[in-house]
Amino acid sequence: MPDESFVGRTLPAAGPYQVGREKIREFATAIGDPSPLSHDVDAARAAGHPDLVAPPTFSTTFAMPVIEGFLKDPDFGWDYTRMVHGDQRIVFQRPIFAGDELFTTLHVDTLSTRAGSHFLTLRCEVATAAEEPVATFTGLLVTQT
Amino acid sequence: MSVEKGSVVKGTELPPLELHLTRADLVRYAGASGDLNPIHWSDRVATGAGLPGVIAHGMLTLGAAGRIVTDWVGDATRVRSYGARFTRPVLVPDDDSGATVTVTAVVSDVTDGIAKVDIKAVYDGKAVLGRAVAEVVLPAH
Repeated sequence: MPDESFVGRTLPAAGPYQVGREKIREFATAIGDPSPLSHDVDAARAAGHPDLVAPPTFSTTFAMPVIEGFLKDPDFGWDYTRMVHGDQRIVFQRPIFAGDELFTTLHVDTLSTRAGSHFLTLRCEVATAAEEPVATFTGLLVTQT
Repeated sequence: MSVEKGSVVKGTELPPLELHLTRADLVRYAGASGDLNPIHWSDRVATGAGLPGVIAHGMLTLGAAGRIVTDWVGDATRVRSYGARFTRPVLVPDDDSGATVTVTAVVSDVTDGIAKVDIKAVYDGKAVLGRAVAEVVLPAH
């Protein structure tokens, strides 16, 4: 049974995560994204960007480990082995580029139980060291009781 | 790209996209994303979890389907938001052809130069993403 007292908590910021060119290329290839802006630095700069552009779902590479770290905390009591991903939304305050150094702060927004399942909403706020907001990564995770 | 503010209106359809996901694609995505959950590569673990077999990562389906928007607009920095519900799993057989997911999208609203795009992703005749929406800033000229 997950501990409801965690709702409303904010974890210490995790980071910095350095967004690397090769990681962007690897991730873009893995989702089949051929955009030159995510593969070719010259093309990205010619389009007015500082470096390679991360695909929209790239933030999962550094946000999910923060989420997993929380879900495996035995004090929270979440059954990680029976978990499914219910939904995911990413809102950008600005795009993510290679060279960014990002910090991820996890917020435990909601927890409810109905029809034999626990529904947990976790929100990751992604920002730079200067606290410039970059993205909000909000997902619903579901586990059966 | 030919995407311009004036040419995109409610009802504009984006060029459709067909995804082919094989076991190799799932392994590649597991490595690239860091999501090593074995239900995405082990039939033993997947069937033990009550699934018919290995399924695609929801975030792989979401990411690959999002190409319908980024291919169309030509620049991922124009995407202001993107997300969906994961309504059904995509079962990926252990063969060379894998699973086929058909992706279509239509503009549902244009306000202040931002297009709202509704995306449908269908596998085996059924929607695998629900309420899949991207908000895209249209080019100014």
